[in-house]
Amino acid sequence: MRALTYHGTKDVRVDTVADPEIINPRDAVIKVTSTAICGSDLHLYDGVIPGTLSGDILGHEFMGEVVEVGQKSTLKKGQRVVVPFTISCGKCYFCEKQQFSACDNANPAEKQDMTEQLYGHAVGGLFGYSHLTGGFSGGQAEYVRVPYSDVGPIVVPDHLEDDKVLFLSDILPTGWMAADNADIENGDTVAIWGCGPVGLFCIQSALRMGAERVIAIDHYPRRLELARQAGAEVIDFKQTNVTEALMEMTGGIGPDAVIDAVGMESHGFSLGDQAQAFNLADTIKQTVGIGADRGGALREAIFACRKGGRLSMPGVYGGFLDKFPLGALMEKGIQVKTGQTHVQRYLKELLQLIKEQKIDTTFMISHRLPLEEAPRGYKNFKDNQNDWTKVVLKPGV
Amino acid sequence: MLKQYEHWQRTGRNDPLPRFALFAAAGTAIALLAFAAKPLLTSSSAERRREFDDDAPRRLSREGEGSPAFVGKSVLINRPRAELYDFWRDFKYLPRFMENIRAVEVNGDVSTWTFAAPAGQTVTAEVEVIEDRRNERIAWKSTPQSQIATKGAIDFRDASAGRGTYVDALVEYTPPACAVGRAVADLFRREPHVQARHDMKRFKMLMEAGEVSTSRRTRHDS
Repeated sequence: MRALTYHGTKDVRVDTVADPEIINPRDAVIKVTSTAICGSDLHLYDGVIPGTLSGDILGHEFMGEVVEVGQKSTLKKGQRVVVPFTISCGKCYFCEKQQFSACDNANPAEKQDMTEQLYGHAVGGLFGYSHLTGGFSGGQAEYVRVPYSDVGPIVVPDHLEDDKVLFLSDILPTGWMAADNADIENGDTVAIWGCGPVGLFCIQSALRMGAERVIAIDHYPRRLELARQAGAEVIDFKQTNVTEALMEMTGGIGPDAVIDAVGMESHGFSLGDQAQAFNLADTIKQTVGIGADRGGALREAIFACRKGGRLSMPGVYGGFLDKFPLGALMEKGIQVKTGQTHVQRYLKELLQLIKEQKIDTTFMISHRLPLEEAPRGYKNFKDNQNDWTKVVLKPGV
Repeated sequence: MLKQYEHWQRTGRNDPLPRFALFAAAGTAIALLAFAAKPLLTSSSAERRREFDDDAPRRLSREGEGSPAFVGKSVLINRPRAELYDFWRDFKYLPRFMENIRAVEVNGDVSTWTFAAPAGQTVTAEVEVIEDRRNERIAWKSTPQSQIATKGAIDFRDASAGRGTYVDALVEYTPPACAVGRAVADLFRREPHVQARHDMKRFKMLMEAGEVSTSRRTRHDS
């Protein structure tokens, strides 16, 4: 089959590789009909996620048709399914608590050592996202082996085209959980850093959950325009001092909840010159590969958050962060919730909202490309973030 | 610290940014150095005198550091005690989750365990059960005829509030040719505590999820 594989920093190619097979009884094999490039794939593309090896198949947002099933799979050949990017066994303590991304069993035993060393505990399994999360082959390919297929994939009705349901795999539930983690109360003002696809879904979700106002922060005009379209007021951080603006827009209180939808490769966010300098230092360390995260957006979010407010972090971090404003966090009594998305927890509810046309998932798609052109998709999604807001790939075209 | 911060506030606007970068990089360098020096700074186990008995498993005591005799591992498994006991008691299932056990042949009270050894070799042990308390404990020991000496025990305890079962495994083994054997074993990534950790995780996967997780894409992948 054809698949997008990693060859090194900013070097991805479409190669011919062996087709996947059923290995365990609960497996299924999916023929991919649509797959997307995620903002977090750019962290892999930029080479800042350790444990990404040459030849690894990337991609964790995908859907398709079931073509093969193991004897314990509950899926049937021919069904159309969307597959969560988190792989979960459904039987361990964490899965039973609906903390699916913390699954104890999906990440193979021999792959768990790395994150156990790095984080104290092994993390769960993810598709196409380095060997830290299991080394599973990803979905930017013609076929994918899906473990625990009786727990993850959700069957979608034929009348909903791919574009409407594809994002159930990651960014829609990720934006939704980010808003859920912000414990939004009626009348709240919510500030969201980053107007990429997750940030945009955050805006929609926060408004649905009762936020009175959402203020979204970015610097790309096209993305700010999409944020406005989704119902947010917007701040261009290149044009305006963000913390000052947030204070003035909330009568000096600050946002009730802040959401960092940027993550480890934040750029340009500043709460004055020192924060920018911190971010520059982070950049240097990240470039020389010493496990450092860039935290400009996160620092600014904590600084802006009101006393007793809430911080939700859907943005991906992987290592260590210096100059973390721990004092502000503690002295202001800010609640923090974060984590990889517990996709399976939200799927039914979100599919229902899509069916009822209460959530639009298609407005951010800027480009549709054949899988063969995926490398061009990565390059432009990375280099031209203003115009390339979301790329959907079609295998076999 | 506050003074430093005010200083940044005052001077930051005109200061060249690399200065901050340098400051942060220096901080990281110090942290890395400290990390590297940790083994040197920590006092060796022999010098440490135990003044207090804590509640952690005795096998974790720093006093015993460096002793190769024991490998212990505890896992919490979200299944009832009886089910775990039954599965383990039937030694023929061990090769499904214990990486270095190639095969087990059960003949009544004695079973023959075949272990993988470096360079495609195998060694065998005749194992007899020396203690068997239903749903609680199984202990075994190799007979003198064995090529490798091993003994071990596994205990099953209920966790609170229906959270399953604590499974504690303790294995003592004498590798062939002692130090050399250990070095070879290490070379082949069959280091006992790493292996015990992986084996117990695979046991947990098998019991909870019904299968051992793998990210292989084809059946021929290694």
